Amino acid sequence: MILIHCPYCDQTLPELEFAYAGEGHIARPTDPSALSDEDWERYLFIRDNPRGRHHERWRHIHGCGRFFNAVRDTVTDKFEMTYKAGEPRQ
Amino acid sequence: MSAHRIAGLGRIDRSRTVTFTFDGKAMQGCPGDTLASALLANSVVLMGRSFKYHRPRGLLGAGAEEPNALVSVDRGGGRFTPNLRATAVEIYEGLNVRSQNRWPSLKTDFGAINDRFGRFFPAGFYNKTFMWPRSFWDKLYEPTIRRMAGLGDAPIEADPDVYAATYAHCDVLIVGAGPAGIDAALEACAARKQVILIDEQDELGGGALADPALWPWLESSLNDLAAAPNVTLLSRTTAFGFYHDNFIGAGQRLTDHLAEPGHGPRERLWRIRAGEVILAQGAIERPLVFAGNDVPGVMLASAARTYLVRFGVAVGDRVVLMAVHDSGWRDAFVLARAGMKIAAIVDLRAQVAPDLMAEAAELGVPVEMNSAVIGVSGRHAVTGAEIADSAGGNRHKIVCDAVLMAGGWTPSVHLWSHSKGSLAWSEEWGAYLADKPNENVRCVGACAGKWNYGTGVSIGALPTPDDPATIKAFVDFQNDVTAKDIALAVREGMKSVEHIKRYTTNGMATDQGKTSNLNALQLASGALDRPVQAIGLTTFRPPYTPQTFGMLAGDAKGALFQPTRKTAIDPWAEEHGAVFELVAQWRRARYFPQGGEDMHAAVARECLTVRSGVGIFDASTLGKIEVVGPDAAEFLNRMYTNPWKALEPGRCRYGLLLREDGFITDDGVSARLAPDRFHLTTTTGGAARVLNMMEDYLQTEWPDLDVWLTSTTEQYAVIALQGPKAREVIAPLVSGIDLSSESFPHMAVREGTICGVPTRLFRVSFTGELGFEINVPAAFGRYVWEQVWAAGQAHGITPYGTETMHVLRAEKGYIIVGQDTDGTVTPYDAALDWAVGKKKADFVGKRSLARPDIVAPGRKQLVGLLTDDPAEVLEEGAQIVADPRQPIPMKMIGHVTSSYWSATLGRSVALALVQGGHERMGETLHVPMPGKTIAAKVSGMVFHDPDGSRLNG
Repeated sequence: MILIHCPYCDQTLPELEFAYAGEGHIARPTDPSALSDEDWERYLFIRDNPRGRHHERWRHIHGCGRFFNAVRDTVTDKFEMTYKAGEPRQ
Repeated sequence: MSAHRIAGLGRIDRSRTVTFTFDGKAMQGCPGDTLASALLANSVVLMGRSFKYHRPRGLLGAGAEEPNALVSVDRGGGRFTPNLRATAVEIYEGLNVRSQNRWPSLKTDFGAINDRFGRFFPAGFYNKTFMWPRSFWDKLYEPTIRRMAGLGDAPIEADPDVYAATYAHCDVLIVGAGPAGIDAALEACAARKQVILIDEQDELGGGALADPALWPWLESSLNDLAAAPNVTLLSRTTAFGFYHDNFIGAGQRLTDHLAEPGHGPRERLWRIRAGEVILAQGAIERPLVFAGNDVPGVMLASAARTYLVRFGVAVGDRVVLMAVHDSGWRDAFVLARAGMKIAAIVDLRAQVAPDLMAEAAELGVPVEMNSAVIGVSGRHAVTGAEIADSAGGNRHKIVCDAVLMAGGWTPSVHLWSHSKGSLAWSEEWGAYLADKPNENVRCVGACAGKWNYGTGVSIGALPTPDDPATIKAFVDFQNDVTAKDIALAVREGMKSVEHIKRYTTNGMATDQGKTSNLNALQLASGALDRPVQAIGLTTFRPPYTPQTFGMLAGDAKGALFQPTRKTAIDPWAEEHGAVFELVAQWRRARYFPQGGEDMHAAVARECLTVRSGVGIFDASTLGKIEVVGPDAAEFLNRMYTNPWKALEPGRCRYGLLLREDGFITDDGVSARLAPDRFHLTTTTGGAARVLNMMEDYLQTEWPDLDVWLTSTTEQYAVIALQGPKAREVIAPLVSGIDLSSESFPHMAVREGTICGVPTRLFRVSFTGELGFEINVPAAFGRYVWEQVWAAGQAHGITPYGTETMHVLRAEKGYIIVGQDTDGTVTPYDAALDWAVGKKKADFVGKRSLARPDIVAPGRKQLVGLLTDDPAEVLEEGAQIVADPRQPIPMKMIGHVTSSYWSATLGRSVALALVQGGHERMGETLHVPMPGKTIAAKVSGMVFHDPDGSRLNG
């Protein structure tokens, strides 16, 4: 069971307290109506799925309830870091 | 006499005897015996039948690697465990063991006919043979294969045992209490670390238990560790899996070795988080591949030594050793010094170290170098071995009753591999060793390739002058995979070890290739003419050895499998005879039968009573979210399809929630209580999902909005009072609220008191009748319910359940998200265009409503369906076709989502998702069912009171 550091609680806690929430840093466009179908499709459905460093979102759902960002290696399953929502991509 | 007990040897307690039964025959052993050693001491060498060919099998090993001697233990009363390795079963008084995979008996097994026709059962046999004709599969092939194949029987009674679980944390966790593990524990103990040392056997010591010279050291070391306050010793405990961040799962067997299982837990699941993990799992000796290597009495040399030294059992009177590694020689010398006759040491190598030759000469053991065993005689037990030199010459036979195999050693890197540590090929060991760690873990001792066993060679199969196509030389004993199966798999195009494994089944089942992987790799390497490293290694995965489902499940079974959520009114429903159903973990009253009514009669009566008088319904399970803050209206405006900013305090609105892809995910009626406060409701099953989705947007997309979300689902009991007499019933109970239609219209909310209890009183309806939803603090839920119930008596009130609620809402065409929608339905598909704010610049999902596929014609749309025969009630989920005369397979254009008998209308009503449904009004469609086809006309979705006059009464 992975240990995950919640950047809000500043505690490293078991994976069971957390929920995965998809790829990180995919901001909702401020004016979706201005987007072409292709751009909207890209926002909705197209994800990176890299082998290696992956930016992703987690929620401390059975703790403080906050969403935050993480960098996890998809090969080793190691968390490189976690940081608060809104902070720049690491 | 072959296998038998030798006086004066071993660690067993010879002062006492233990009686057990094997296939109904009573036998004696001693405390300290495993079932394997006790059976050998009783000269039993035939212990099981193989998986595929049903060949007679005996012990291969003495430990966790044993692939052959699998037995079932029946303690009675549902305590039945199949597929236990005889080497891991401790005997106790009354132990009742059955052999497996044989009928009618171990010695006479009809399934052994597979062995005689074995050439018709090559690798991939099932995949190739039972394909045609297709119709034979269900009735003939599958039942026959199921009867013949598989290991032991599954238990058929409920397991009466309880299982415990615990967490533990330590600085150092050591897996394996052999010499290397004990040394590591002593070192960590001296460094004042918190240490846990675990071992799968009943006795700690590992390999030291088969080496009397180490026994004094073992005793004093274990005494020191046992006395240390910072060390926890766990025996009978298997570390079965190594998970992320040094998290180890281990199963501790607490009562299986006791004559009385007692009242405590049978096993305990340990979930251990360790600062450092030290793997001292040792190494497993490798069998050799030659014809007849599975005859009972052919076993690993190290196992024979263990049976002798630890259990005082000789595996035979005249023993032949077949070695390619020095360690077997040393085992043979131990046997010889204990008085066992070593008929020959056969070694494939041209020469070995002079000291081995000298010791063999001193002990009078004949040695045959540059030679190999090419055959074994005997069926239920070894009677002799045939030997030839490596060129195939000098064929001769030796009479013997046991053949020992010394094929070198395979370090046990299973847990290391679970932890995703990398492996590196070692030519010296002919095996993979731990290389780069992925966790804070290291291997020590034999597990790390650090133990002086002497030297040897690695070889896939021993040379033989016989035609390899005619002999059975086993690689994987448990799965009956032979050398020629591996060769066949390669010939048929399997190049990767993963494909070879799956095609041949090598390395599968309960032993997970502990003794077979490396030999299979060597054989594949030879057949492919590529080095072993280029072929790879199958991935080891948990569990290391089989674990019980009972331990893994622990308390999570029966009533504790998942929580049953109950409302404050649930006990009243139970007292009044409700029939319940589970909805999203909530136990909900489905209907309230009276005087022997069936569901149909009860629901019809409840429906008619609501439509003509008044009914009371527990709606407490509705999801509720309190949305508070200056930006609350702005937030809801962005989340929901409809406009919220202009909603006045005191008014309600039906909210439709889409995902960003434009599909409906939830709905519910919500009220504005104040400019900065909303009382949201969600579907019963959607509450948690909706709150998560709203938190997500609020925290990550719009953190500038000043809004707070609080789940209040359990804070309120919700009593729905529905029907033309609803107002009359509550009028005497309500204070502070004008109930008149003028001041309290449909879709309004008021705060006041009912029966003296503060309430948020909603005038809303999911039935199409005049109705109220009375929200009161949950603690007062039953009290208010009973007061309303009492007040309703004069008006003929009835309680009703979810089934009646469903009929009533379907009559009005109100959808249930998740029943009438399936995650691919847009507001337009559901005819909910009116709930979409056309003037809104944006809301979640709005952009997607203009996606090409969403605006394309021919989408499945929600419509009503009225059967031509009004008495015919369609089945929910039934498929719909346009033309029932078209050939099969027909083109299905939709399916029925809701269907009920409407007592109010005296006919059936249904909702359905149909391609282009909104354009098909009045069209007759068809629902093919077994034996008949039902015709139905497409209609609008509102079947009752289409102008809504009853709502506003």
